Amino acid sequence: MSRDEVNQLALLTAKGIDKRFGGVQALADVGFTINRGEIYGLIGPNGAGKTSLFNVLTGIYAPDGGEFVFDGEPLQGLKPNDVAARGIARTFQNIRLFANLSALENVMIGRHVRTHAGVWGAISRNSGTRAEEAAIQKRAFELLRYVGMDKRAHSLAKHLAYGDQRRLEIARALATEPKLLALDEPAAGMNATETASLKSLLADIRRDGTTILLIEHDMKLVMSVCDRVLVLDYGKKIAEGTASVVQNDPKVVAAYLGGEVTLDLKGAA
Amino acid sequence: MRSLFDFNRNPRLAWAGLALVAATLLVLPFALTYAGTFWVRITNQAILYCFLALGLNIVVGFAGLLDLGYIAFYAVGAYVYALLASPQFNLHLPFWVILPIGAAVACLFGVLLGAPTLKLRGDYLAIVTLGFGEIIRIFLNNLSQPVNITNGPQGITTIDPFRIGSFNFSQKETILGLDFSGPVKYYYIFLAALVIVMVINMRLQDSRIGRAWEAIREDEIAARAMGINTRNIKLLAFAMGASFGGIAGGMFAATQQFISPESFILVESVMVLAMVVLGGMGNIWGVVLGAILLSFVPEILRFTVEPVQRALFGRMLLEPEVIRMLLFGLALVLMMLFRPAGILPSALRKRELEGVKT
Repeated sequence: MSRDEVNQLALLTAKGIDKRFGGVQALADVGFTINRGEIYGLIGPNGAGKTSLFNVLTGIYAPDGGEFVFDGEPLQGLKPNDVAARGIARTFQNIRLFANLSALENVMIGRHVRTHAGVWGAISRNSGTRAEEAAIQKRAFELLRYVGMDKRAHSLAKHLAYGDQRRLEIARALATEPKLLALDEPAAGMNATETASLKSLLADIRRDGTTILLIEHDMKLVMSVCDRVLVLDYGKKIAEGTASVVQNDPKVVAAYLGGEVTLDLKGAA
Repeated sequence: MRSLFDFNRNPRLAWAGLALVAATLLVLPFALTYAGTFWVRITNQAILYCFLALGLNIVVGFAGLLDLGYIAFYAVGAYVYALLASPQFNLHLPFWVILPIGAAVACLFGVLLGAPTLKLRGDYLAIVTLGFGEIIRIFLNNLSQPVNITNGPQGITTIDPFRIGSFNFSQKETILGLDFSGPVKYYYIFLAALVIVMVINMRLQDSRIGRAWEAIREDEIAARAMGINTRNIKLLAFAMGASFGGIAGGMFAATQQFISPESFILVESVMVLAMVVLGGMGNIWGVVLGAILLSFVPEILRFTVEPVQRALFGRMLLEPEVIRMLLFGLALVLMMLFRPAGILPSALRKRELEGVKT
C-alpha cells in the first residue's frame, strides 16, 4: 500500500498522546489508527484513561503531548466546537442531554453546526431562514425515526426512559453530520433488549457510512460489533487488534482479572 | 389568554382579541390624561422598563447568564444621547441618528463586559457584572475632570427632545381636534418601538440562535460538543441585551431631558432583574407583565398609602417608600414560594421546576 492509500483508509490517527493530571499520568504515549468505515472499540478497566482519551480527542482537554490527525488534517489546539465542526461528534458517559427541551429540540440543536441563520435571519425570517428552519426540523424528525424515537419527539429529554436518552444522544450527535461518531459507554445501564437494539443501530450507522469509536464495558457487545479493539490500562496501550486476538492477549486478561498481588508484610527493607 | 391569541386554533377570535388590545392601547393615553398627564409619564417609564426587562431577558432568560449590572447599558445609551444632543458639547444630532449610535456603543460595552466573563457562571458572573455596573456609574460620576465630559454628579441638562423637522415631541399639539401632549406623543413612539422589540425577541427565541442560547443554558459542555461556538453565542447575548438597554437609555434621556449618574444605581439593575424574574424568566409576555406591574404598583402605592393611613390611624405611620419596599419584599417571597417560575412562566422554566415540587 502506498502512503496515499493509507491516508485514504485512515480517518483518525493518534500519535504519542500524553495527558497528565497533576501527578497522575492519565494517558501515556497512546497511539492508534481508526480506519474509515470501521467500528473501533476502546476498552480497559475503570480508570484506564478511556474517557480521558475521549476528552482529549474532542478538545475538552488539551493533550500534554502527541497529536491527532483527522481526515488528513491535524486537530491541534481546536476547541470542542471546532472539533465537532470538523466532523467528530460524541456522546457522554453520564448522559448530557438538554434535559428540559424536547427530544426534537435536542436533535435540532445538533443541526446548529451545519446551519447558518444568524441574528438577521432570525429577526427578518427571510425565505432562506424559513427554508433552513423547515429543513432542520425535517432532518431532526428523520434522525429520531432513524434511532427509533419518532414517537417520543415531543417528550422532554428528562422524561425519557434511560435507553431512549442514550439513543437520543446518538441522534443528536448524528445531527452534526459526523465522520466519526464517538460513543462513551452507550450501553451502560441498558437491559438485554435495549443492548440488542443498540447493536443493530450501530450496525446501521456503520452501514450508512459513519465510522464509530466505541467505549464500552459490555464485552459481549464490544466483541460482537467491533472490527478492532484498543485496550488501555493505566493510561497505556496494552493491546490492539481484532476482538478475538485481544481477547486472548495475556496482558489484557491480566489487566481485567488482576495479576498476582504480592505484599511483603514484614515491611520494606 | 393563550386561546385568545392562538391564530392557529381560532384565527377570528385571535384577530378580534388583538384588535381589542390594540384599540385599548391606542386610546389609553387619553384616558390616562384625564387622571393626569403624570400617569402618561409613568406609562412611558413603564414602557422603557419593558424595554430593559426584555433586553435583560435575552441575557438572563434565554442564555442563562446572571447579569446584575444591566443598568450600565441603559446609562451608556442615555449618556450617548445626552452628549450628542445637548448644549454639553453643543451637538444637536437628530434622535434617529443617535439612537442607533447609542445601541452600537452599548453593544460594544456589552461585548466588553462579556469577553472577560465568558468562563464565569452563576454567582461569580453576578459579582463581576455587579462590579461592572458600578464602575460605569462611578466613571460617569467622575468624568468631569480633567476634561468635563459627563458634567459629573450634576448631570446633563436641557437635553434635546425627539424632533422630526419642526415636529417636537415635547410640545403640545392639536391634531384633528385632539390634544396631543408631549408625553402622549412619546407614548405612541415608545409603544411602536416596544412592539418591534417584542417581535424581535420572539423571533430570536424561536430561531437557531435562540436554540443555541437554550442549549448553553441547559448544558454548556454538551452545547460545545454539539459544535455551538459558546463564546460567540454568549457574546451575542450580551451584545443584543446591551443594545436594547442602550436604545432604552436614549429614549429615557430624551423624555427626561435631564440625566445624572443617580438614575443608574444598583437598585435599578436589581429592579429590572426583579421584573424579569417576577414576570417569568424567558417568557416575553411574562417579562412585559413583570415590568408593567413593578412600574405601576409603586406609583399606585404612592397615592394610596398616605390617604389610607390617615383614614385608619389619623396620621402617617409609614412612609410610602418604606411600605413599597416592604410589600415588594413580601411579594417576591410569596412568588418564590408559590410561583417560583414567575407569574407567566416560560414553558422551559415550568419544566425545570417541575421536578423540584415533588
